[in-house]
Amino acid sequence: MANLTTNFVGIKSPNPYWLASAPPTDKEYNVVRAYKAGWGGVVWKTLGSEGPPVVNVNGPRYGAVWGADRRLLGLNNIELITDRPLEVNLREIKKVKRDWPDRAMVVSLMVPCDEESWKAILKHVEDTEADGVELNFGCPHGMSERGMGAAVGQVPEYIEMVTRWVKQHSRMPCIVKLTPNIADIRKPAEAAKRGGADAVSLINTINSITSVNLDTFSPEPMIDGKGAHGGYCGPAVKPIALNMVAEIARNAETRDLPISGIGGVTTWRDAAEFLALGAGNVQVCTVAMTYGFGIIKELTAGLSTYMDQKGFTSVDQLVGRAVPNVTDWQYLNLNYVTKAKINQDLCISCGRCYAACEDTSHQAISMSPDRKFEVIDAECVACNLWVNVCPVQDCITMEELPKGAVDPRTGAVVDDYANWTTHPNNPMAKAAE
Amino acid sequence: MSNSPTTPGIAAARLHPEDYARHFDDLYPNYDAHEAMVAADRCYFCHDAPCITACPTEIDIPLFIRQIQAGQPEAAAKTIFDQNILGGMCARVCPTETLCEGACVREAAEGKPVEIGRLQRYATETMLARNAHPYTRATATGKRVAVVGAGPAGLACAHRLAMHGHDVTLYDAHEKPGGLNEYGIAAYKAAHDFAAAEVAWLLQIGGITMKSGWRLGADGTLADLQASHDAVFLGIGLAGVNALGLAQEDAPGARDAVDFIAELRQTEDLSTLPIGRHVVVIGGGMTAVDAAVQSRLLGAEHVTMVYRRGREDMGASDYELNHAANEGVKIITNAMPVAVHANGALREMEFAYTHAGETGLEPTGETFRLKADQVFKAIGQTLEGAPDALARAGRKLAVDPDGRTSLPGVWAGGDCTGGGEDLTVTAVAQGRNAAESIHATLMGAGA
Repeated sequence: MANLTTNFVGIKSPNPYWLASAPPTDKEYNVVRAYKAGWGGVVWKTLGSEGPPVVNVNGPRYGAVWGADRRLLGLNNIELITDRPLEVNLREIKKVKRDWPDRAMVVSLMVPCDEESWKAILKHVEDTEADGVELNFGCPHGMSERGMGAAVGQVPEYIEMVTRWVKQHSRMPCIVKLTPNIADIRKPAEAAKRGGADAVSLINTINSITSVNLDTFSPEPMIDGKGAHGGYCGPAVKPIALNMVAEIARNAETRDLPISGIGGVTTWRDAAEFLALGAGNVQVCTVAMTYGFGIIKELTAGLSTYMDQKGFTSVDQLVGRAVPNVTDWQYLNLNYVTKAKINQDLCISCGRCYAACEDTSHQAISMSPDRKFEVIDAECVACNLWVNVCPVQDCITMEELPKGAVDPRTGAVVDDYANWTTHPNNPMAKAAE
Repeated sequence: MSNSPTTPGIAAARLHPEDYARHFDDLYPNYDAHEAMVAADRCYFCHDAPCITACPTEIDIPLFIRQIQAGQPEAAAKTIFDQNILGGMCARVCPTETLCEGACVREAAEGKPVEIGRLQRYATETMLARNAHPYTRATATGKRVAVVGAGPAGLACAHRLAMHGHDVTLYDAHEKPGGLNEYGIAAYKAAHDFAAAEVAWLLQIGGITMKSGWRLGADGTLADLQASHDAVFLGIGLAGVNALGLAQEDAPGARDAVDFIAELRQTEDLSTLPIGRHVVVIGGGMTAVDAAVQSRLLGAEHVTMVYRRGREDMGASDYELNHAANEGVKIITNAMPVAVHANGALREMEFAYTHAGETGLEPTGETFRLKADQVFKAIGQTLEGAPDALARAGRKLAVDPDGRTSLPGVWAGGDCTGGGEDLTVTAVAQGRNAAESIHATLMGAGA
């Protein structure tokens, strides 16, 4: 069994799976159940300032997108930060941390954008002996209308300022949680780093309307005929999250900044992908909300099995392994030529590749009267669309043309690596060496 | 319950009263909305889909399944009815394993096709349940068409003609319309009086006048119909039955399977319908299976189906045969009836094993006897009562691809013609196509 223990900005946990700040980490009862199930840590649901807690709506808080058999593909919520009294949360955090010293206990925070408010809350959190704080600069609904959450996260200067206050008034590790509702994710990450953040965590949820009721013409989730955009999460957001994690991991300004990866982690494989793209651990929520805390067993066993198969003895050996392979389009090898190949033994003759190519791509497939489908190499640009629409796994593969072979489409000989920066069609091309 | 499955002879009420309702209820209940959604999701929306080609009525199956997926089962139903106005019944009785589902690429890939038949039922049922008829008649043409036979071919023909604005008189010898749907298939395939409900729904198109209890020949001749109408369509089915050619084959207890099924279908209280303790069904087609299975469902202790050739030659589909076997019907192949043993009432049937010899099917010399209180003969139906003026193709009426007979102005389709495999869906296709041909002819001539 591979060792799944992680040390993320000095916070140790028996595995890299933390429950993200959300309803599952709202109170002692849930968190203890999570720890018992085997979760490595939690980020306690966001605390606000002292005083009367926020209130939530009393109608539906969640909207969803499903697959055919009601598999939850995406979830959206309009819940706010904790609606429990601050002192109750603090008391429970302290007790749980004392009872479960080997598990990570990070406290998510969101208070008004002034130094005094942050100073006050940090003092309270330090008293709980929690392992660290996560600054919620991501919440996209409700709190942002009050100048908090994403309202801060969308302005790099504010991120830097608040982070600096936090580091100044606390000795706890500070993780800055980023909103994806921004044009360039590198900017807030750089700001967090300048402010002294120990790490960033991302992504928070994405502004979304899951559906529209076509009878009442109200967005879902609907509250008394109206709807507000909520935060989208779950399996559907993973590709967006992976890209944003990778952008920060390969950015010269932030490449040494630890990342806690969040966004649609549903199986061990998703977690491994986040780790490979530079996340030091992952935070999970939707899959737990869908299936309960028991899924941690698959997440840990799966990651461990994979690491054993690959010969990785610690999570660190996996972290960032794919980062060097994330590049810009301009550096992709234009002399890497592939052709689609159809395995006729596996083909079930559904013709989806034909429809896709004939109608929407490059007319690079032929169909015989007896429904045999064959690639026309002279037309195939290797776009990979068929591979994606073919219902049979591995029926269509992309085969690389060896160096020296002639591409029947272009008539060009497959040559050594060459990219756009030196391509003759590029007006900005540098002269080839 | 006065009797039991082991009560000797032919007896009614072999089962508890509540067993009858259960036995003759829907073989498969309709999908609920979620099941339909999951089943529909399995469709790959194939390019130039093989299932469409395999359907005699060429329903755009991937389209209707996608419409179910998109949450509009009634739109799916319309897609089906556009091609097959009896899509509801066909969803229940089609041998889908040899038609659409047999052609489904997922059948080839994993031996588990998209459940097209059940999806078609789900779609059509949503519209039928609301009793909503999606078609309206075109402007009246003033043309009059006689349709003889209110079975699948006649109904499909009549509906299409009515849609085009023609006035249709639909003649049928039976008391109720529906033909084999009403009289000739197993009750559990059309539970809850579905055949009658479907016809009533179909007739909502208007412009169709029903004349029941009217038999061609006895109540009017083809010439009469031609004289009073602009065109005639014959969908008269196969009214005759083949005989075994054995002495005492009409002994008490022996009867034609089609009569037994028709009686069963029209019996309100099935506990009053007598059935033998030992039942033998002779034949290997759908009618034989329907008779055999329903004998079991009525409480017969032993039901044996005997077919003279091998299983691969049986007309019944594997699905039907497996269903029969599951219901406890014993199936014996390669055995032909050679003697009826009766002593007043039927006692035993004697069979000879067969093999393929030089002169065709030959007895091997080995014989056996089966106890038989009742024998149902299901060895094929024949054309009967068709006007002599019409040319024959083999033992059926000769028609061209549009359904034209040898007589101008007379079309025919369904089982009385040789075009198909005597399937409901084929009859529907032929009736519909003949209607289009009649329409084109009448409007062309009148223009």
